[in-house]
Amino acid sequence: MTEHTEDYVRKEARTWLENNWDPNLDLFEWRNKLADSGWGLPNWPSDWYGRDLPVGLVPIVEEEFQRIGALPIPKSGIRMLAAATILNHGTEMHKEKFLRRIVTGEDVWCQLFSEPGSGSDLAGATTKAVMAGNKWVVNGQKVWTTSAHKAHWGLLLARTDMDATKHDGLSYFIIDMKQPGVETQPLKQMNGYASFNQVFLTDAEVLPDFQVAELGDGWKVATTTLMHERRAADSLRAWGQVPNSEGPIYDQERAEIETTMAPYKWYPQRAGRVDLIMQRAKETGAIKDPAVRQEIAKLMTLHKSAEWTARRARSAQEQGKPQGPEGSLGKLAASNVARAAAKVHTMISGADSMLSGDDSPENGTVAEVLISFPASSIAGGTDEIQKNIISERVLDMPKETRFDAGKPFKDIPRNTIS
Amino acid sequence: MKFSFTEEQDEFRSVLRRFLEDKSPSTEVRRLMATADGWEREQWAKINSELGLTAVAIPEAYGGHGFGLSEQCIVLEEMGRSLLCAPYFGSAVLAASAILYAGTEEQKNELLPGIASGSTVATLAFTEENGSWDNSGLTTIFDKSKNEYNITGTKSFVLDGTTADLIIVLARTPNTKKDEGLSLFAVDGQASGLKKEPLKSVDETRKLARIHFDQVPAKLLGVEGNAAGPMKKTMTRSIICLANEMVGGADRLREDALEYVKMRMQFGRSIASFQVTKHKATDMLADVELAKSAAYFAAAAYDEEDDETEEAASIAKAASSEAYMQTAIHSIQMHGGIGFTWDNDTHLWFKRAKSSEVFLGDPAHHHEKMMTIWDA
Ligand SMILES: Cc1cc2nc3c(=O)[nH]c(=O)nc-3n(C[C@H](O)[C@H](O)[C@H](O)COP(=O)(O)OP(=O)(O)OC[C@H]3O[C@@H](n4cnc5c(N)ncnc54)[C@H](O)[C@@H]3O)c2cc1C
Ligand SMILES: Cc1cc2nc3c(=O)[nH]c(=O)nc-3n(C[C@H](O)[C@H](O)[C@H](O)COP(=O)(O)OP(=O)(O)OC[C@H]3O[C@@H](n4cnc5c(N)ncnc54)[C@H](O)[C@@H]3O)c2cc1C
Repeated sequence: MTEHTEDYVRKEARTWLENNWDPNLDLFEWRNKLADSGWGLPNWPSDWYGRDLPVGLVPIVEEEFQRIGALPIPKSGIRMLAAATILNHGTEMHKEKFLRRIVTGEDVWCQLFSEPGSGSDLAGATTKAVMAGNKWVVNGQKVWTTSAHKAHWGLLLARTDMDATKHDGLSYFIIDMKQPGVETQPLKQMNGYASFNQVFLTDAEVLPDFQVAELGDGWKVATTTLMHERRAADSLRAWGQVPNSEGPIYDQERAEIETTMAPYKWYPQRAGRVDLIMQRAKETGAIKDPAVRQEIAKLMTLHKSAEWTARRARSAQEQGKPQGPEGSLGKLAASNVARAAAKVHTMISGADSMLSGDDSPENGTVAEVLISFPASSIAGGTDEIQKNIISERVLDMPKETRFDAGKPFKDIPRNTIS
Repeated sequence: MKFSFTEEQDEFRSVLRRFLEDKSPSTEVRRLMATADGWEREQWAKINSELGLTAVAIPEAYGGHGFGLSEQCIVLEEMGRSLLCAPYFGSAVLAASAILYAGTEEQKNELLPGIASGSTVATLAFTEENGSWDNSGLTTIFDKSKNEYNITGTKSFVLDGTTADLIIVLARTPNTKKDEGLSLFAVDGQASGLKKEPLKSVDETRKLARIHFDQVPAKLLGVEGNAAGPMKKTMTRSIICLANEMVGGADRLREDALEYVKMRMQFGRSIASFQVTKHKATDMLADVELAKSAAYFAAAAYDEEDDETEEAASIAKAASSEAYMQTAIHSIQMHGGIGFTWDNDTHLWFKRAKSSEVFLGDPAHHHEKMMTIWDA
């Protein structure tokens, strides 16, 4: 297919951008143009705001956006996980109703998976959805729900059958977050932000149409969401960096980051801000210290190897090869990079590492790295869970011994606080 | 830049892998490593002639197949995997590159076809007893009388130094320092005034020698005093080759250890079912795959003459050194007591990991090299 060569795609994207990009546009007008043309998310299906482009060619399009300074569709946040889930398992109605406003960023989404009693063991969710009359009525508690306080819609994993086995008794719903039965309470994090929440669901309602896939298929659908979350983990690095350019559209995007997208403000810091390392080392003079030089080089070796691994996986995908083991290592590598970067930032900043806020280097950014990186190896599935998954799926090693298989969920021992 | 393999490259790799599994099983590795030379002319000629391994990356004009470094790195990765005992690295990588980058047209025509066909086994004598991988520690000198060159000094850590037919030597004009006054020479392996001493190496599959030069007659390659540039290119290329060889060995170790733990039972269950083993196996996979990416990227960057080639070479060497050694350590551990025995094969790769970790510069050396590039 000639349409899918690198050069062809590059030329096409460039031409379209040259004819359409205008920094004087309104942000949403621009994003609607991206939705209509498919250039915002070119790997999406052409029926739904994309161009059917292989994922491997997306970076070519991104390069063209950067070249001309055009604002891309922000690809972070739960919105994108919602989109992937809906594209895979949603009905036509779901696609009609939700996808465009996901592309334009008008709707904020959240992921109501984790509960006080079940985090790694997501399938142990005890939030219940019961059919009463002509709708689902939901009761229970979710926790660590990023953006719940801003969200219009939630991806909800809930138990619909206590007598079925653990994984078979779950169903998947899209829930309206702006209803009386949904109460969110922000939780303050160790880094001072409150981007995640507790969510209390008290007789909250879900229309039957808003169930995703069949009753009892909740685990299968959640797996799709989680797979996309794992893959997205190593793309957090560059998020939230609006080009320094002047123009109303850039101001509008900056304003969005301060408001609806505020919960993700610290996400680049949690990924370690490797991009600041060399600059800081030079500015502080730490670059002259042989011990620091060694640690910087180690970090860069890890960081570059991880980046090249992601590129290798994409190249293989582009060639239509089956996914090799290199495709499943991104999230673990991202945790390792974040941890190593925090260590090197500390070496570079020395005593200043004890300071925070505007007393700390880069107006608090460095301090934020030092107290945010631990989230990388927890959020979206802990490193330990990643390793269980990779060893079992990629290395074909024996599955973990289970104490919860083959019996009705109600008979399985679980946390008393659930 | 793209760096995934084409179908032809994948096919080449799988043919080569099967071939080396057949020709270089560990019994054969053990037989050859116990010999003084470490390899056998006849046996190596047979292996080499079938697939033309020494010819792969030498230009067609000089009797080679003219493939890129990426193809040669496939050969090296597979050799590292099978721990093939052959005089390949010194000849087809180090010496061939030095001749290619330093030699005149006439010299390339004279010297490269023999290396390409495998009839000449060459090596490069550059390191000295101080073990320095850059030119600062180089003391071997040459003198010139009536356009005849003679070399005097001692080289060490020379790969296959006792068996090579042709020795390419790096020497300097007396009283010059660092990169100044360096020249490359071709010396006949049988020349008068040469004294070759085998060194006892930890990694018996790779033989090292010390070579004393006492007024040894030599032929100048290219232009006198001009070897710093060609040597730098030779080193970059060889470092990338070594990194690819190393990830091949590391991957083999990883796979063998995985196979072993899946088979071994303790406490009434497979030891592969212990989470600590599963997590270790995953860490090994991540280490090796990340190092592979760096090694492949560096080879592709070299072929495309990318600006990042030199830093990528150092990243690849640092990453593969750490990954190979760590994988070797984990592999022994996962085997338990049997992993510490001579009869179990793990130690063969463990020792190659150790020698390769240091050869052409250890991670600390390459870390400093990258920083020098970035801090320029
Ligand atoms: C910043 C941040 C944002 C988040 N956002 C969201 C969100 O938007 N929506 C949402 O639903 N959740 C969210 N989470 C929750 C996150 O997914 C969970 O915290 C995570 O999956 C771990 O669950 P837990 O906290 O219950 O820990 P637990 O599951 O109790 O784990 C505690 C420890 O035990 C280990 N452990 C557990 N099981 C195993 C096992 N089988 N083998 C080995 N070790 C094990 C874990 O690795 C961990 O070290 C967020 C978390 C963070 C930190
Ligand atoms: C130098 C040396 C000297 C020795 N001297 C003696 C001696 O004098 N007398 C003697 O009786 N023995 C001796 N031994 C044997 C030694 O005690 C055993 O090798 C050791 O206990 C491991 O047992 P194994 O070799 O059967 O390995 P395995 O038990 O098969 O272990 C293989 C791998 O699986 C791991 N593994 C096994 N079970 C578990 C588990 N439950 N959880 C997590 N991981 C597990 C191990 O840690 C190891 O990494 C010696 C061994 C060595 C190397």
